Amino acid sequence: MELTGAEIVVRCLQEEGVEHLFGYPGGAVLYIYDAIYSQDKVEHILVRHEQAAVHAADAYSRSTEKVGVCLVTSGPGVTNAVTGIATAYMDSIPMVILSGQVPTHAIGEDAFQECDTVGITRPCVKHNFLVKDVKDLAATIKKAFHIAASGRPGPVLVDIPKDVSRNKCRFDYPKSVSMRSYNPVTRGHQGQLKKAVSLLLGAERPMIYTGGGVILANAAPELNRMVDLLGFPVTNTLMGLGGYRASDPKFVGMPGMHGTYEANMAMQHCDVLIAVGARFDDRVIGNPKHFAQNPRKIVHIDIDPSSISKRVKVDVPIVGDVRETLIELTTMLEDGLAAGQKQNTLGLEAWWKQIAEWRRKDCLKYKGSDEVIKPQFVVEKLWEVTGGDAFVTSDVGQHQMFAAQFYRFDKPRRWINSGGLGTMGVGLPYAMGVLKAHPEAQVACVTGEGSIQMCIQELSTCKQYGLPVKIVNLNNRYLGMVRQWQEIEYGSRYSQSYMDALPDFVALAEAYGHVGIRVEKPADVEPALRDAFGKYKDRLVFLDFITDQTENVWPMVQGGKGLTEMLLGAEDL
Amino acid sequence: MRHIVSILIENEAGALSRVVGLFSARGYNIETLTVAPTEDKSLSRMTIVTSGSDEVIEQITKQLNRLIDVVKVVDLTESPYNERELMLIKFRATGKEREEMKRMTDIFRGRIIDVSEKTYTIELTGDGGKLDAFIDALDRASILETVRTGSSGIARGERVLKV
Repeated sequence: MELTGAEIVVRCLQEEGVEHLFGYPGGAVLYIYDAIYSQDKVEHILVRHEQAAVHAADAYSRSTEKVGVCLVTSGPGVTNAVTGIATAYMDSIPMVILSGQVPTHAIGEDAFQECDTVGITRPCVKHNFLVKDVKDLAATIKKAFHIAASGRPGPVLVDIPKDVSRNKCRFDYPKSVSMRSYNPVTRGHQGQLKKAVSLLLGAERPMIYTGGGVILANAAPELNRMVDLLGFPVTNTLMGLGGYRASDPKFVGMPGMHGTYEANMAMQHCDVLIAVGARFDDRVIGNPKHFAQNPRKIVHIDIDPSSISKRVKVDVPIVGDVRETLIELTTMLEDGLAAGQKQNTLGLEAWWKQIAEWRRKDCLKYKGSDEVIKPQFVVEKLWEVTGGDAFVTSDVGQHQMFAAQFYRFDKPRRWINSGGLGTMGVGLPYAMGVLKAHPEAQVACVTGEGSIQMCIQELSTCKQYGLPVKIVNLNNRYLGMVRQWQEIEYGSRYSQSYMDALPDFVALAEAYGHVGIRVEKPADVEPALRDAFGKYKDRLVFLDFITDQTENVWPMVQGGKGLTEMLLGAEDL
Repeated sequence: MRHIVSILIENEAGALSRVVGLFSARGYNIETLTVAPTEDKSLSRMTIVTSGSDEVIEQITKQLNRLIDVVKVVDLTESPYNERELMLIKFRATGKEREEMKRMTDIFRGRIIDVSEKTYTIELTGDGGKLDAFIDALDRASILETVRTGSSGIARGERVLKV
């Protein structure tokens, strides 16, 4: 039997086990929407702006291990989606974006709602396709899912002209994909693994540094096993939080620009550093020249060869799937120890003593207050009220850093944020995506009054689908991170960072049919949170916390500085 | 340092722009680029002459390998290779210059492929340096038009770049 291209699209999604599709209709995708109408296996979630469709599908993927899928129309549908696609690309999130295109005969004629989708998205996708013949459609979608989820994951876009979705052909979904040009390496090199084992066992001042790759590879249990076997200190980057349990004393906090003193000092002063699924990003190691001043041996495990020796020269490169490689490495370590190889226990003891001393700086301490709400305090209370077990999405800015520092994640895929691209506005659509994947979970969106306004229209989507997001708005009436940089590096000239003419968020939430609560006193923080997760459990609650206007995020490594050149507080300025 | 990177890439629409886009997005330099299908029509062979430190060249080859359409990448300059470029050049040649120019073309082992009363068109192959030398030997004012293909390269001996 012959199917239309639109029916083929829907059948492909069903074959891939896709249950949720985030999207927004328009002229070029009307056949596809018609095919969606007459089935009930794939649920479509209608957002209010295409950017949110991509973010929601992105978070759907981040919080599960599935490929997130979204559908947008041609022209402005695609250009609105670009921010979302670039966000997913920077964090290597497996996604498939289906976009409509003007009919093949009209391509290149500046048709209504035409844009060069493949050209516009090329630099921010892992790969993209323009399907010119309905006969190629099923195989292309199969390839898209394969490419998105394998190797170093990433978003893949499939552009479907309107006539291709109307034309008919036989539907045959390929069982497997074979591409001569694309065969990611998954198994680490044995010789390199052996070198890593001897470096790790002999280390005097070891450090384990892991990133988003551990989360993406579902390798948290394997990482926990290796760290516990070795007894080494471990740090997780912003993208890697939850990779190792934050409640364990071996966790020294997040590294980098707003990382802990102990994590940064240990990164700099260790003699053996093993990087797992992390990429020595500028926000993590600061100035690479300064980082390279201290001699150390570096082992780097990553699925993407181009991440290795990109910013920092590595001694033992291991290209492979993080999970498989960690299993193999840990087994080799266990075998080595069983065969009588010894760890450098004396060295390790002294190293832990040194770390304890660094810890005594208590670098995350802040001055509490009975008068004014401190943003850190809100996140601490959020952690308490949710039993440390919520999914926390965030936007970008100070609130993001406070959430990363003060919500101690013990599990992977609980912390959902835009690490690479740093996209303001992701928080609310991220929470939507998480809730579609985990309808019973506690989901908090920690945000600020700047970020939340960038995708505020999604309050309407949340109403339509009954998504009980708890919005934790840390409202300091400033673009806080911009204000902080202006205070520290631009002579306190607060250019355009004051947020004037803010809406009444409580009234706004109510106007959309939600619950709004304004909190102005520290004593009211916990009761408000308890109400949000208790009394109003099934409602979206917009908690507008009026916070200290001038609180800054500490510690801070200024741009271009080295990891050990941290400012621990205003007194260091 | 100058490097010649050879690429086998799927002969798909847009494949070239993926390579070119990568170079511009990451700030790598392209001196010349040539591309054409191979004996297997589904594959194109691309030769890019670029320059950069060892670290940069390593990143270039790694980043090229990340492209889904790229089948193989080789830095030809890592071992012995042959390199050729084709130039077509049209210049003014009148009176007794014509004899002189004919002689010079012979010296460079070029071929005259078109003549008119006042011009010669010469075909010349060689590495870039030889083509530069020919241009330098001419009176600049007499050159009407130059077309160069950019370098193509192939490894010496039995090493081959094939699927």
